[in-house]
Amino acid sequence: MISFIAIGAGFGLILIGLYGALTNRNMLRMIVAFTVANTGVNLVLVAVGHMFGRTAPILDSTVPVAEAASRIIDPVPQALVLTAIVIGLGVTALMLAYVYRLHQTKHTLDIAKHTELKW
Amino acid sequence: MIKRFTVLLLLSGLAAIFVSLALGYVPDASLNQSALYYAENTVSDTGAANIVTAIIVTYRGLDTLGEVTVLFLTAAIVGLVLTRGAKAGKGKPMMASGELLTTGAGLLVPLILLMGTYVFVNGHLTPGGGFQGGAILASGIMLVLLTDPMKEFSHRLISVIESVSGLTFITIGGLGILMGAGFLDNSLLPKGTLGELFSAGTIPLVYSLIGLKVGAEFSSMLVSLSETEGS
Repeated sequence: MISFIAIGAGFGLILIGLYGALTNRNMLRMIVAFTVANTGVNLVLVAVGHMFGRTAPILDSTVPVAEAASRIIDPVPQALVLTAIVIGLGVTALMLAYVYRLHQTKHTLDIAKHTELKW
Repeated sequence: MIKRFTVLLLLSGLAAIFVSLALGYVPDASLNQSALYYAENTVSDTGAANIVTAIIVTYRGLDTLGEVTVLFLTAAIVGLVLTRGAKAGKGKPMMASGELLTTGAGLLVPLILLMGTYVFVNGHLTPGGGFQGGAILASGIMLVLLTDPMKEFSHRLISVIESVSGLTFITIGGLGILMGAGFLDNSLLPKGTLGELFSAGTIPLVYSLIGLKVGAEFSSMLVSLSETEGS
């Protein structure tokens, strides 16, 4: 059940983020919207790896090695999402840097005023 | 109006795909084959208690090297894009930060740095690791920059930390070819007993280096972004 809630929330965040990115004119708001969508994707990925009634893939005295196969959840999506979060942060930083440069050239954050690449 | 309609049409199509995906999703009852392998063999292969760390640092170490490279590239591009011609407005005096923020930062920054170090040194035992610890380190730098946006950080020091840890990471990986089972193999050092700080071969060492590198990269991005202040 909990994984369906998480998957639903993740898909919802993706849709909200894309809506925000497509309808906002302000570039900073578009970046925030992309971050929301990014969070949604990560949430869906983690939720797919979740299995009901199991625990985190960390072995200690309560989760001994012999019982690991029946007690832990899938570690691969978690490793993937760790990568995705870090790369997402890098992408956000790049977008912010480019927006700063764009603002320097035209002194506006409105994407409709930046028409050089429009045809 | 027509634009908003197109957007809504697109999103409702996407939503339909998502709904059918979510309705058709059946949670696994048991681990799939690769996860089963990791669950059963991680301890005997690597000696790490945290399986996610074992996957990131050893099984998929090459991908992590690529990821750190991507992050390095990002930090370099951010620095390049922001520093070109941004030297103009330097020296505009700014209002001093409040007493609370200054005192709080002085108290908290050492604790945050300690916490970050703890998280990446214990990456093979507890939830956490190099990337998380590096992000916590950078959040300490962020607090310093919030209290004094004009503070000059030494780009040289940051890049020295970053290159030294990156080079050591690759050297340890290369030594794995000569003395272990392959590139980034962790059996250079003894595996130790499960759950101790000095266990899991080179994993704590490599993850600490990744933590320092990631912390330095995030800090350099933050410093570059804050140097645009007032220009």
